[in-house]
Amino acid sequence: MIETWVEAVSTYARDVDNLILLIGVLVGFWFILCEAVFFGFIIKFRHRPGQKAQYVTGEEKSQKRWISIPHLLVLVCDVFIIVGAVQVWYTIKQNLPEAEQTVRVVGQQWAWTFVHPGKDGKLDTADDIALVDELHVQANTTYHYLLESRDVLHNFSVPVFRLKQDAVPGRTITGWFNAQKTGQWDVQCAEICGIGHGIMGARIFVESPDEHAAFIASHSQAAPVAVATASGR
Amino acid sequence: MAETVHPAEQAAHGEHHEEGWVKKYLFSTDHKIIAMQYLFTGMAMGLIGAFFAYVFRMQLAFPGMEVPFFGVVSANEYNSLITNHGAIMIFWVAMPVLIAAFGNFLIPLMIGADDMVFPRINRLSYQIFFISALVLLASFFVEGGGFGGAWTAYPPLSANAAYSLTPMGATLWLVAVALEFVAFLLGGINFVTTLMNSRTKGMGIYDIPMVLWMIIIASILFMASVGPLIAGAVMLFMDQQVGTHFYDPTRGGDPLLWQHLFWFFGHPEVYVVLLPAMGIVADIMPVFARKKLFAYRTILWTAIGTGVLSFTVWAHHQFIAGIDPRMAHVFTITTLLISIPIAEMCFVYIATLYGGSIRLNTPMLWALAFVAEFLIGGVTGIFLGASGADIYFHDTYFVLAHFHYTFFPIAIIGTYAGVTFWFPKMFGRMMNDTLGKIHFWGTIIPFNLIFIPLFVLGAAGQHRRIYDFTNYPMLAEPWMQDLRVLATVSLVVMLAFQLVFFYNVIVSLVRGEKAGKNPWKSNTLEWTTESPPPHGNFGDQYPTVYRPPYEYSHPDREEDYWPQNLPN
Repeated sequence: MIETWVEAVSTYARDVDNLILLIGVLVGFWFILCEAVFFGFIIKFRHRPGQKAQYVTGEEKSQKRWISIPHLLVLVCDVFIIVGAVQVWYTIKQNLPEAEQTVRVVGQQWAWTFVHPGKDGKLDTADDIALVDELHVQANTTYHYLLESRDVLHNFSVPVFRLKQDAVPGRTITGWFNAQKTGQWDVQCAEICGIGHGIMGARIFVESPDEHAAFIASHSQAAPVAVATASGR
Repeated sequence: MAETVHPAEQAAHGEHHEEGWVKKYLFSTDHKIIAMQYLFTGMAMGLIGAFFAYVFRMQLAFPGMEVPFFGVVSANEYNSLITNHGAIMIFWVAMPVLIAAFGNFLIPLMIGADDMVFPRINRLSYQIFFISALVLLASFFVEGGGFGGAWTAYPPLSANAAYSLTPMGATLWLVAVALEFVAFLLGGINFVTTLMNSRTKGMGIYDIPMVLWMIIIASILFMASVGPLIAGAVMLFMDQQVGTHFYDPTRGGDPLLWQHLFWFFGHPEVYVVLLPAMGIVADIMPVFARKKLFAYRTILWTAIGTGVLSFTVWAHHQFIAGIDPRMAHVFTITTLLISIPIAEMCFVYIATLYGGSIRLNTPMLWALAFVAEFLIGGVTGIFLGASGADIYFHDTYFVLAHFHYTFFPIAIIGTYAGVTFWFPKMFGRMMNDTLGKIHFWGTIIPFNLIFIPLFVLGAAGQHRRIYDFTNYPMLAEPWMQDLRVLATVSLVVMLAFQLVFFYNVIVSLVRGEKAGKNPWKSNTLEWTTESPPPHGNFGDQYPTVYRPPYEYSHPDREEDYWPQNLPN
């Protein structure tokens, strides 16, 4: 459903889409059924002169069945949705696969700073590459992101990954993603963070191994941008 | 069950009639006048909230334009407009109209009492509410402008003027909200006590009209949930003005504390406004379907169940806020469980129509529209309560469209249902049904055309509280902008149709057909007295109750209604 509008780029994007589809089918069924019966009754039982309405209390067992059976079926649907939701949530947020690469993502009013490891492949060394509003990652690689905020709440949101996580000042929140396609897409800040919230967008560049190596090489000549590293606080 | 007022006191009520205009209408202790004060103040605030929506929707559809009656919208004005639109519509429209106005007007009339048990606390409640509205309005005109940190007011943004850039606006906003809470705590005490103690002879607990139960349950939910938030608000105020660091992580505080305190109140608050609207609908449907309300006790117990469950779901607003990921499972389960009682209530409403003799007068159209539209709000909530799906939908326009499909039926449709139904009792004259229907369709059709496009935009990844989407390449596609324009144009059309309502009210007040005591042939006690009811409500004879409130089309009776106060 979601892929009509937003590409599915991460390994877990399809899981989220399928869960949304499952919920859509289950609640869609109930929604259409309820509205159909509802409008059906309005048409069928509209006022006709001289015809009295029926007297139904709804307190007898045979009448209550019309409520209690659908209500049990709704409960069954809920169980399916809960199971699906828990599985997807576990995959994305609770489970943390081994990292092949790690990036630091720092939100501050009103820009993102992305700290990439340099040639040595490690963060917090002299050759780190810190860029404002540009995140470069290699496709088919499991990344950990270390999410921080310098001031207020922000939210690191990458719609094509189906990923969102609040950045909370005073904490470092670790999560993961693995991009499956090369290309460039939007990164949003999805938590209101003040006057500049509307302009706090960034771009993510998912690159092939060659492209990514070229990116690292081209940024290794320049001196590291010390201002932006979180360890400099 | 006892009558609380002695006949002597009641005679005194009669003498109070000859008061001056100021005493009678501005400082009255009469529950009906206080109800009108709440109703008109709520509606006036509603116009302000609607104007805010118009301004920021114009900015979204036509970024950078000079909005008629406002001017160019700056980023901080935009934030302030959305923040205060939300706060006004919930705290200064939905609550005063649905709980305070209908609660004050209906409780004594429907239980056969002459007034609330604490009339002076009632007057104080309105006065504090009125001051809270003035404080909120004042916050727009101070240095730095009104508060713009969203109605949820998450710190550190809301706690520190260096971040929010609204040093006075943020504090005035917080004070206004706190005063509003005080007003509703006072009102709630009054509602609960009155219903428990002042019921007329013969009215057992299952003879109470459903709308009163709902208002009482809502008042109890409010009183039980607001305490933590008041504590939170005091800490936020101290962070803003005294220099404490309750929410400042650099000094040992924790910003997430506020979110828990806020949503522990904030989620029950949804049901605080939902239940009275559901009650209004439950009272209107039987009258126009000439049908007994299906399974009265089931509705009552599911409403209580919903209320209890609503205290266990708050962290579904915080799935991705940095809480322990294992917590999300618990809140997913509780959140989906709350769909059970709500679904059951919808089933009951549908079952009430079965076998009826349905008349589509304006109040009934509103009541039916409530069910039809609220269903959309209900089912879309499941996507958001399921943690895995919420990762994608969180803070998108899908959330926004979802809660407008709940709050619009509650605050707007529910209000119009109640006002058009009880207008004859409030003012003694009928409203024009044709104008009422024009207003109905002119509201409902544009309403759907505003928010269905916003569901699509949200599913396409459009996130909230952004004043200009052209900054985001993925959100700047022409078809998305077309949907934004459609939503905005629909809003303007819908607002224009509200003029029909105000015209109808004025014309009906002056020239409307006299209503008489019971124009809808309804059973409940408010229809047994004059329209409008005199001071003291029932003259010198209180009604006695002989049966439950929804005995329509009873087989033992020729007439298709059976008022509660008739001996046989």
